[in-house]
Amino acid sequence: MDAITVEHITKKYGGVLALNDVSFTVGKGELFGLIGPDGAGKSTLFRILTTLLLADKGKGTVAGHPIVNEYKEIRKKVGYMPGRFSLYQDLSIEENLSFFATIFGTTVEDNYDLIKDIYVQIEPFKKRLAGKLSGGMKQKLALCCALIHKPEVLFLDEPTTGVDAVSRVEFWDMLKKLKTKGIAILVSTPYMDEATLCDRIALIQNGEILKINSPQQMISNFEKPLFSINSTETYRLLNYLRVQNFTESVLPFGENLHLITNKPYEVSQIEHHLKISGFSDSTAKTIQPTVEDIFLDVSQPVN
Amino acid sequence: MFKIFKAFVKKELYHIIRDKRTLIILFGIPIVQVLLFGYAVSTEFKDASIDVLDYAKDETSIQLIQHIQSSGHFTLNKVLTSEADIESGFKEGNVALVMVIPKDFSSDFYGNNPLTIQLIADGSDPNKANTLVQYTTRLIQSFQKNKLQQIENPFLITVEDRMLYNPQLISAYNFIPGTIAFILLIISAMLTSLAITREKELGTMEILLVSPLPPLLIILGKVTPYALLSFIDAILVLIIGHFVFKVPLLGSLILLLLCCLLYVILALSLGIFISTKAKTQQQAMLASMMGLMLPTMILSGFIFPFSSMPQVLQVIGSIVVPATYFIEILKAVMLRGVGFQSVVIEIAILLGMTIVLLALALKNFKIRLE
Repeated sequence: MDAITVEHITKKYGGVLALNDVSFTVGKGELFGLIGPDGAGKSTLFRILTTLLLADKGKGTVAGHPIVNEYKEIRKKVGYMPGRFSLYQDLSIEENLSFFATIFGTTVEDNYDLIKDIYVQIEPFKKRLAGKLSGGMKQKLALCCALIHKPEVLFLDEPTTGVDAVSRVEFWDMLKKLKTKGIAILVSTPYMDEATLCDRIALIQNGEILKINSPQQMISNFEKPLFSINSTETYRLLNYLRVQNFTESVLPFGENLHLITNKPYEVSQIEHHLKISGFSDSTAKTIQPTVEDIFLDVSQPVN
Repeated sequence: MFKIFKAFVKKELYHIIRDKRTLIILFGIPIVQVLLFGYAVSTEFKDASIDVLDYAKDETSIQLIQHIQSSGHFTLNKVLTSEADIESGFKEGNVALVMVIPKDFSSDFYGNNPLTIQLIADGSDPNKANTLVQYTTRLIQSFQKNKLQQIENPFLITVEDRMLYNPQLISAYNFIPGTIAFILLIISAMLTSLAITREKELGTMEILLVSPLPPLLIILGKVTPYALLSFIDAILVLIIGHFVFKVPLLGSLILLLLCCLLYVILALSLGIFISTKAKTQQQAMLASMMGLMLPTMILSGFIFPFSSMPQVLQVIGSIVVPATYFIEILKAVMLRGVGFQSVVIEIAILLGMTIVLLALALKNFKIRLE
């Protein structure tokens, strides 16, 4: 039985289509990532699945229960961490945790083993008010609170947004551990580099799912010729490449340019072409695509 | 279930204790308000300063002026010499009333001739002017009675009045019940609606909804601490009223407290109802201010008497403003010392309102976000 099934879910806000015919499934113990920019519809999907919103069309199940009719059952079995920090800022870490344990009919002690790895990191500050914690600690506390009742399915809406790089790595390590305990996790993130840490990902933009697969599969399925080009005149080179007829797309990636050509070329051919066009110091190499390359390739061009 | 409820109440108490604003609203406002109403809003007056334009300047007129001063309510500012001076005292603002004594006062007074004393007051404050004129008139009447003791006047009708339940017309007798009704409603309704909308604003409501908690438990858990604290408020105001302003408590204390409790629950239901409609704390605040504070102040008969309102407002005030009934109950029990039978209708109406509001609030409580 799948932990989450989503079939043709559509949701409109006023005239704006927030979700358009979205379908996917998440298996038990799977870490599934929703990857997409702000405003892609990720939070709306989370709220529909956590029974907070009703979809206009389509159906879904969470932990085996239909999301509309059996919302009460679902609310017992899921852990939800909203995109915005939503704990009581004027309660301490300890008080927040024990409050959420109690309202789910359990105690911190009963499920301590599940949160132990995370909780030990914030335990030294347990008397501190939640509002005075750093971003990373807040997220760890929120994760503890969402986990305290041993949910079957965990919904994490952008848990690493606004969190420092070190804490982000720690956070994903924790998710991997939780997965091994059979908890299905649906996580959303705007950070493409986090995508490879998921078992499977769905690329989502403007309410539509562009692609679903494991990140590794996605990368190996990518067949277009992709080059990374380094130059001292990045900006001029970008403008130059944009108008060449062998270019399918070219985009800046940090200090380099990622170039997709419309037919295969050798690296030496590219470098030679650039040299005779006046970019004598540029170097090119073929590279494996990142999830970001794939996302930008399948996403609609920004007009 | 009870454990969950207890945890909820505990959490709510932490919120209250750790938020200075809530504490001030809860305990600062009631005390300040009662003391303010008690000392500032008073229809009694002391030491009003008056001018006298004495055309007679004889023995009797001087006796009259002394008689008026000896009452303790008036002090003589100036004895005027001409009519032209009358207005200047008012204009400078140091005179509240001018008494004009006609010529030949002594001879007309003892000669039983018709005689007129003119009282001129500052009408820009009608209440004060009226009270001053009434007071002075009484003093003049008593002066006449004293002086003409031996000479019985068969044509004089003497009016003897007696103010039952508040013989000295102390305004505290009116404002203490009014203030209790006002404070309990505003505090209970405003604080609960704020507390619930705050959870919506901070996003914690989202988490509470995605939990097995039934809506009724969420509401009860949030409201119970406020019910308790508001009830303590009611007792606090009663104590101040009784010991500082000497408002009597003739009826049953238990009946009084039970009625307070019922009214607190009604106010809380109103607060819950507001919070089901309001999305932000600001909206909730506005709704409780505009929707509750003004009608309670103006339409409950607390400040302005019912009989002087236009009929439409009288109807609105007497039907939909809960404070109207509660003030009625408070006055009946505290001042007239009546029992349950005499206020049973008011209690029934308050109970009915509570049930309707609670039902509405529960029905409107959203199990989802929209």
